[in-house]
Formats: sequence, structure tokens, C-alpha cells
Amino acid sequence: MTAPLLDVEDLHVAFATRRGTVEALRGVSFAVPAGGVLGIVGESGSGKSVASLAVMGLLDRAGAVTAGRIRFDGQDITRAGGRELRRLRGAALSMIFQNPRAALNPIRAVGAQIADVLRAHRPLSSAEAKARAVALLEAVRIRDAARRAAALPHELSGGMCQRVMIAMAMACEPRLIIADEPTTGLDVTTQKAVMDLLSGLVRERGMALVLITHDLGLAAQYCDAVTVMEAGRVVESAPPARLFGAPREAYTRRLVAACPTPTSTIAGLTPDAPPLPPAAPAPPLPPGAPLLLEVQNLSKRYPDGTVAVDDVSFAMRPGESLGLVGESGSGKSTISRLVTRLIDPTGGEVIFEGETIGAVPARDFHRAPQRSRVQIVFQDAGESLNPRFSAFDSIADPLRRLAGVRDRTSLHQAVEEAADGVGLPRALLDRYPHQLSGGQRARVGIARAISVRPRLLVLDEPTAALDVSVQAVVLQLLERLRREKGLAYLFVSHDLNVVRMLCDRLIVLRQGRIVEEGESDRIFRAPAAEYTAQLIAAIPHFRPEHALA
Amino acid sequence: MSAAPLAASPGRPSILRHAAWVLRGNPVTAAALAGTALLVLVALLAPWLAPYDPVATNVANAMRPPSAAHWFGTDQLGRDILSRLIHGTRLDLAIAASAVSLSFVVGAVIGAFCGYHGGRLDHAVGRFVDVLMAFPLFVLAMAMVAALGNQVQNIVFATAVINLPFYIRFARTEVAVRRQAGWVEAARASGNGGSRIVLGFLLPNILPNVAVQISLNLGWAILNAAGLSFLGLGVTAPTPEWGIMVAEGARFITAGNWWLVAFPGLALMLAVLCFNLLGDGLRDILDPRMRT
Amino acid sequence: MRALASAGRRVGGRLLAAIPAVLGVLVLTFLVMRVLPGDPAVYFAGGPSAGQAQIDQLRAEMGLDKPVPVQLMYYFRDIAGGDLGRSLTTGQPVLTDIRQRLPASLELTFSALLIALVAALPLGILAALRPGSAVDHLVRFLCTMGVCMPTFVTGLLLIYVFYYLLGWSPDPTGRIDIFAGTPPDITGFLLIDFALTGDWAGWRAAASQLLLPAVTMALFVLAPLARMTRASMLAVLGGEFIRTARAMGLPGWRIILVYALRNAVLPVLTIAGIVFSTMLGANVLVEKVFSWPGVASYALDALQASDYAPVQGFVLLMATIFVVVNLVIDLLYGLADPRAGAE
Repeated sequence: MTAPLLDVEDLHVAFATRRGTVEALRGVSFAVPAGGVLGIVGESGSGKSVASLAVMGLLDRAGAVTAGRIRFDGQDITRAGGRELRRLRGAALSMIFQNPRAALNPIRAVGAQIADVLRAHRPLSSAEAKARAVALLEAVRIRDAARRAAALPHELSGGMCQRVMIAMAMACEPRLIIADEPTTGLDVTTQKAVMDLLSGLVRERGMALVLITHDLGLAAQYCDAVTVMEAGRVVESAPPARLFGAPREAYTRRLVAACPTPTSTIAGLTPDAPPLPPAAPAPPLPPGAPLLLEVQNLSKRYPDGTVAVDDVSFAMRPGESLGLVGESGSGKSTISRLVTRLIDPTGGEVIFEGETIGAVPARDFHRAPQRSRVQIVFQDAGESLNPRFSAFDSIADPLRRLAGVRDRTSLHQAVEEAADGVGLPRALLDRYPHQLSGGQRARVGIARAISVRPRLLVLDEPTAALDVSVQAVVLQLLERLRREKGLAYLFVSHDLNVVRMLCDRLIVLRQGRIVEEGESDRIFRAPAAEYTAQLIAAIPHFRPEHALA
Repeated sequence: MSAAPLAASPGRPSILRHAAWVLRGNPVTAAALAGTALLVLVALLAPWLAPYDPVATNVANAMRPPSAAHWFGTDQLGRDILSRLIHGTRLDLAIAASAVSLSFVVGAVIGAFCGYHGGRLDHAVGRFVDVLMAFPLFVLAMAMVAALGNQVQNIVFATAVINLPFYIRFARTEVAVRRQAGWVEAARASGNGGSRIVLGFLLPNILPNVAVQISLNLGWAILNAAGLSFLGLGVTAPTPEWGIMVAEGARFITAGNWWLVAFPGLALMLAVLCFNLLGDGLRDILDPRMRT
Repeated sequence: MRALASAGRRVGGRLLAAIPAVLGVLVLTFLVMRVLPGDPAVYFAGGPSAGQAQIDQLRAEMGLDKPVPVQLMYYFRDIAGGDLGRSLTTGQPVLTDIRQRLPASLELTFSALLIALVAALPLGILAALRPGSAVDHLVRFLCTMGVCMPTFVTGLLLIYVFYYLLGWSPDPTGRIDIFAGTPPDITGFLLIDFALTGDWAGWRAAASQLLLPAVTMALFVLAPLARMTRASMLAVLGGEFIRTARAMGLPGWRIILVYALRNAVLPVLTIAGIVFSTMLGANVLVEKVFSWPGVASYALDALQASDYAPVQGFVLLMATIFVVVNLVIDLLYGLADPRAGAE
């Protein structure tokens, strides 16, 4: 049995912080055979990125390897010096980072950056390096490579920037590439293209790949073996079929259960949670009663000419839940802001419960009587909570302004009631946003929105910034609230699996226009539009039976 | 993001306790605070602290180097430098504090509204600020004091006007950056209108950053006031003020009489130093993100 | 080629944007000067000793009896024609006086800026490359101290140490020793003129006279320059693209020079512009301490003699220089940052 290419044995990494030493890795071991593909999955704080940085010797100044060994190609590089590491980096082992546009030099042409890497490890002339750079750009399927080589990173899309990074990483034919969340932040179709490219190139040239990701589906689809990490330790390690089909450890089981798939259910995401109240179908509309929400020919055109929303029309009945799905630039977030009247449309109507709220300018809408009936939950709860307000203040603000609750006792009662409703412990009400976890902040955001008893709740990617296990809990909460209070949800997301579970109907958007509309299950089984089919096919799947060709 | 421990909540931490915590961890800030407090104390108690009458002349005793009788020496008219220094503290601090308060209050509010609403108001104010900033500090101060006269309130007014564009720009940028933040949108969804958002949400939020600027500004304002007096455009003789004292002593330094310039200069330096160091400490106290 | 075209667009755009600022400056100066105590006609005529007829004529010319908007027109007409009035104290047209004295101020300011940059840039960069080291602490200490020192005090103390105590510097009065000869007036800049005529003894004399005031001014701006350089360099070094460069095994010197410095220099450029304008203001203090015959001391003396025409000329000049400097910095920035061309 040949020795593995990369062998990490009982690695301990600690960071010196103002509050003392923090152990980021507590005895992590994994191995990658030559030409193999290993996936390392974990939630935030699991230490997966730290492990890769330790291997490359790129730890922060405050971090250090305190025990264990890293062996690459038989050689012990745990305490390798600067010169030794520089020789290996880029030439023998390379790394690709998250957020590719930020990872490239913003004022240097991409071709020049690739050439820099080539000339750092090979004795090439400037012209030779340039030519090789263009050849590499062609290898990563960038069209018009010769012209693009002179482009700056901000002139390229996110997907193209990541391809450039792949070109840089591959330039000197390394034996191992470490990819740290290479597709996070990219659209799902771009993600598939980039991952297909990366794994294709790697297999073609016999390189080994370590894929670090929080997306289990991605790991399952592209890796030979998967290692699960939690809080600085390895939990379980196995080929994906076994790991996801029959997980042995409790943590892995929970993690796998919490991942939305094309067939999962809300209740199934959190098997240990108390059961949900029964799902009552939306009551039929009494004759003569207006629709809850009617959007007619809605358009939003910005002064610089960009058209974010182009002639969109749809309707919602009370108690219904409708999903808006699309990639970046589809206009879904803009629609959510238009419906909530935070921005003004440039064309079309927004009619809520029979009243044309689109006519009231956004600037004055805070005084409108409908303000409390349409509320919104934002994507990044950390950003949507006033850093100077405690959780109590954040929830109390709309109660004061919209519900007119002024005196202390009623206010306290109302806030505590809202907190109980979202499962936020009352003891946390005095805390500030930076003292709360991601899940707790999400709960505060939801409590704030529902405290004034809205009829329509717009949710703009409410769980996108959360870990998968936290997301499962929050989705469960949202579903429970919907059933208990008969709320209508307008759920905006790029994640089709999530939307399918929560919404009866869904609308697929692309570049500001509606591509397809209909019942969620029907769309998944038999998408009518080609774009929808592409979106569904691009979702990474981790069980063979979920691979919908 | 690991879950925060669900221990008993610490309750709302009072500003005082938090301030004490910051000071304990940052001796430099504590020293600066002590220094500032000392200055304020000296300013308030000047008449009782000064050993001699600051304007009483005694030509027989002129130009004496520091001695036991006159710790900081005497100037060309025989006046005790230490006493003049102590009384000067009053004037300089008063001028600086009033000028900065004025420009901060007016400038921050204008800047915040401009940053939030944008549009024509923003453009007009922006052009006005550009014009104001085109005049180098002293040039404008010179012109204003020349036009309005050498009274103390005019110096305050001139210094305030010079500082105004800075606060307007600063507040505008800080607000513009936060305007699109989620919590501002949430505040609007919660029923808050434009004015309330600017005054009640945005201004308090930018306060920590502005506080640092205010502190730096206080030092700057003192230097401005002293500089104007040095040029003869500020306070007039025989009023004791640090800048005037340096101006009067400047003539004699080539002959080696260093104490007329050195002590007021030192006072200026120490005052500005305290304010500058305090600025960083203030930011830590006021920013709730630093509270644990 | 593309860069040049977009640079051209930027120049045009910035020039257009600068026009309202210049107009505003003119109007504001007009307002302030008309508010001054006393009869402007008397002062602009050259003194109360000028004949009453001349004063009346000037009053009619200046349109002081006409409504304010007409006065404004006369004012613009005068400025456009280069007529800034006549100085009471020198008896010459203000424009002539300014032309004579401006080179002294500029020579001082540019020398000071040069000294400051040469000192501050390497210090700031070094402090950022070795955070927590002795150099870093020294630089941070210098920066903290630097912003606290009043310029006029520094100047006086330097005179005390280097002229009185050590005797290294010459008498701190004026640009050149009264007994030394002045070079032919080619550019007005003594250092350049001496060098052009090959008079090295004279060059040394002028330089030694220039040294102390230039160092005083340089100390004043050293702190913000070093601080900004350090901060900018630190920010860039912490950037993700630097981590990528290290991950790809690029050699250290290349990372610092090509990747880090070029990015870090951009904010420093902006602050150099701001610093230059601050120096224009601080000029006044240094010129007074060292009796430097520049425009600022010219205006100050005039002001104290209640001679207002020079003051107006000085204010206009300073404001115009400020606008021009901002324009130049903007252009340089546009050339240095390829992203800016994308506007």
C-alpha cells in the first residue's frame, strides 16, 4: 500500500487571542492518496479552513501548530521554514480560496498574475510566461483568452475569476490542490460549471484534490472520500455513499438529516424536534373578498439603465406561501423590497388587500395604515439588527411605532410574548447582536417582524447565512409559525430545495422576468422551462436516487 | 458561529462599569483621561491656583529664568509665566470646547441629513463645503477675524466655521455607508420615518467614530486658537493665552531666553496629546460592540 | 491608449466640476472683503493720503454706490483683467507683489513636502512590514507626538537648539544672508537659480537658510503621512490577494514591491494632496517665525496694517492653488489606479 500524498496526523493548532489560547484543531487526522479527491465538510467553527491553512503554512500570525505532523510526499513539512514552503507552494501544492474576486490583485491584469506564478517557479522569459498564461486560460475554458488575459478582476464575473484562480493554481502542475469553499457565493449553475471543470482537470492531470465545503451535496458528488469535522475534531470519515447512506455518528446523522434535498420535508430536517401542528390548507377565498396581494406588471428600472424587474405579475391569497426563486440578478430581492414598499417601482401596481399601496411613496409608507400588515425578515440577521439596540429594543421598536404600545408593562409583555413565540429564551433579550449566535439573531429578526401581527410576511433569504443545522431549526420555526398564525409567506431564495419544502407554489425568475410558475412539486417533477430544468439539474445531489438528469 | 453560552444574562451593562473595564485594560487612555481632567480642573480653579497676578507687571524682575520664586520664570514685563499659563488654560479650553461643540452639532446634523436623503440638498451642501474647504484654515480664519474683529467670540466662530466642512463630510460619509444596511431598512419597516431614522438611529450609530474625531478636533482647535493669537489675530495682549505668550517670547529666543516659549509650548503639546489619546479610548467606550 | 482617452475624459469632467468651486471662492472672498470695516475705496486706492478725487473715482470704478450684483460684475471684470488692487504698504499692484513673493513660499512648501515624503514613506512602510517591532513603536510614537506639536513652537525650539545652542544654522531671518549675492531671477526659486548658474557657494548658503524652516514644516506633516502610509500598507498586507500571492509561492520581495506597494500608494497619494493644502495654511506661521519673505507673510503684514487689497489677493491665490492641486491629485490617482478608468 503506497504512502498517501498528504498525510496529516493528530494535528493540533492553537490561536493566541486577547482572551487566552483558543484551540482550533484538536487532533485532526486525514490522508489523501495521490490522484484522489478528499472532501472535508463541517459547519462554521469546525476548523476545516484552519486545517488547510496549516498544511500550506499560511496560518495567521497568532496561530501555530502545537502538536502533530503534516507529511507531504513523504517529507515532514510541519515546521518547514519560509524558503522551503515557498518552493512547495504553487509548485507542489496549491490552494484556491473562497471569494475569488477578492483573492486576486485588483490592479493587476489576470494574465500577469498567472505569469507571476509561472516565473516564480520556472525559469521562463516574460514572453514565454505570457503565452503559457493564455494557454492556461484556455484550459479553464475562458473564451477569448488572449484578450481576457489583459482584463482586471473587477471586469470579470465571479465564475470567471474562480477559473483564473484555478489556472493560477494549476500553472506549475502541482501534485495537490486544496480548494477552500471554491464555489460559495457563486450561482448554482456557475457552481456546477466550476466544479465540473475543477474535478475534470484534476482527474485529467492526475492531481489530488482536497475540497473543503459546508455543502454536503457538493462533497458527495465530487469526492472519493469525505471527512466530517466538528469543533476541531474529526467525527467520521468514509466514502460518500456509506457516509450519507448509513452515517454512524450522531452528529453526522443530524447533519445529513438537516440537509434539504429534493425529497426532504420540514419535519424530517429535525427528527428530534417536537412535531408540527397539522398543516391546514389555505381556506378558500370568500366571494367578493380581495386577494391578499396582487402584483401587476411590476417594473423597476434604475437611473443608470439597469432593469432589475421587468413586467412581473402574480397574486397571493391569504394564508398562502409563495416562493420566488432565482439566481443573482434575477430581481427576486428587488421584488421583495418593492412589495414591502421599501423602494418605489418605476412601473406597475402593488395592490394589498384591495388597496393600491404602490401609489404611496416609499418615503412616506411608514405612516400608512398597511405598514404593520406587510413585514419583512432579512437575509443576514447580523446586519439587519441595529448594533446599538439590544434584542429587546429591536423587537420593541415596531411595537412602539406601529402598534402604539407605549407603557412599560404592556411593552414588556408583548416583547416577551414574541420572544416565546420564536423560541428565544427571555434571558437573551438584554443581549446585543454581537453577543448572540447566528440562529438567535435570526429568531430576533423573526420576532420583530411578527410582533405586529402582519398578514403578509416577506422573507428575503432568511436562512442563507446560517449553518445547515441552524437553518433546519429556523425553517422548522417558520413553518410552525405559519401554521399557527395562518400567515402568508412570500419566500425569496436561491435554494430550490428549501423553497420546495416551505412553499406550495413557486415562481422562477431570471433577469427580472418570470420564467415559470406553478406548484412546487409539479415544477420539480416536470419543469416546463429549460432554464428551470437547468437550475434543478445543477443542484448537487448526494444520493444517487436524487440525481434528476 | 458557535452558540453563545446560555448563562444568566449579565443584565444591561452600565456605561460606567464598561468605562472602568476599558480603562483598566488601557493605561494610556486612563492617563489621557487623568490629564484632561487635570486641565479642566486647572481651568476652573485658575484664580486660586495661580501664585501671582497674571497681568501684574514688574519690569525690575523681567526676563528671569526659572527659579524657586518663579517656577517657570518671568517674561519681558516681569509677569510670572506660571500664573499666565494657568490662566491661559481657561481661555484656550473654553475657545476650543465651544468652537468644536458648535461645529459638531451643526455639521453632524447637516451631514447626516445630506447623507441620508441625497439629491439636490446634498449637491448644494456639497458644493458649499467644497468652497469652504478650498480656503486653507488660517487663510479663512485670518479673513474672518480681520472682518469681524479680535474678540473672543469671533475666534470661536471662525474656528467653528473652519471645522464645519469636516464634520459635514464625515457625518455624510458615515451615514451614506450605513444607509443601505439591513437594520435601517428594518427601522423603516417598523414604522420610522426619515427624520427619526437620521436622528434616532443613524446619528447614535455613528457617534463612536465621531467621538474620536471630536477629540482630535479639540486638540486641533487649541492649536488653531493659539496659532491665530501667535499671528496677532486672536486674543489681544495683555490677556494671558498660550499662543500670545509664545508670540511675545519669540522675539527673545535668538538671545537664548528659552523659557518664554518652551513652557507655553509644552502646555499646548500636553493638552493636544491628552485629547488625541483620549479619542481612541472614547471610541472603545461608546461602541457597544466592544461591550462584553 | 484606452487609459489616455479615459484620462482625458476625467480631466474634462474634473475641470468642469472645479469651476463652481472657483466661482464660489471668488464670490465668498468678495462677500468677506466687502464686510470689512472701513471704506474699501480708501484702502484699495492706496491710503487716505490719496486724493479725494482719486478715491471718488475709485469708488465709482468699484461701483460701491451701485447695487451688490453690479459690484460683483465689476469685481469679476477686475479679477479677469488681473487687477487685484494696489497695496498700501508697498505701493505696487498686488499682482506684482504676489508674483515676486510667491516663489519663496512655493520653494519652502515643496522642499518641506519632499523632506516629509522622504522621511515618512519608508518609516510607514517599515512599520507596517514589522508590526510590533521597535520601528513600529517608534513610528507610532512619532505620529502621536507629531500631531501635538504646534508648528510655531517647533520652529522656535529648533532655532533655539540649532542656532543658539549649537550654532549650526545661520541667522534665521529671511531667505538669504544680506551680505550674500542673489542669483539672476530665472525661476524665482533660489535653489534652482543657483544651480543653473553653477554658483555652488550661493546654493549652499540658500540651502542652509532654507533648511530649518523646511524641516519645521516637514515635521508638521510627517505624522499624518507616516500614519497613513503605515495604515494603508497594513490594510493591503492583510488583504486576501496577498494571501493568494503567498499561497502561490511568489518571492517575498515581489509580493511587497509589486503587489503590496502599488496598492498601498493610492491612498497615500490622496493624503499627500490634503497635506499640501494643510501646508498652505501652516505657511503663515512658519513664514512669521523665520521672517520668510513669502506671500503669507506679505498678506499678514498687510492685514495688520489694515491694507486689504493684498489680503484679498492672497485669499484668492490660496484657494485657486488648492483647487488646482486637488485636480492634479485626482488626475494622478486616475492614472495610478486602473480601476478608476472604468467610470
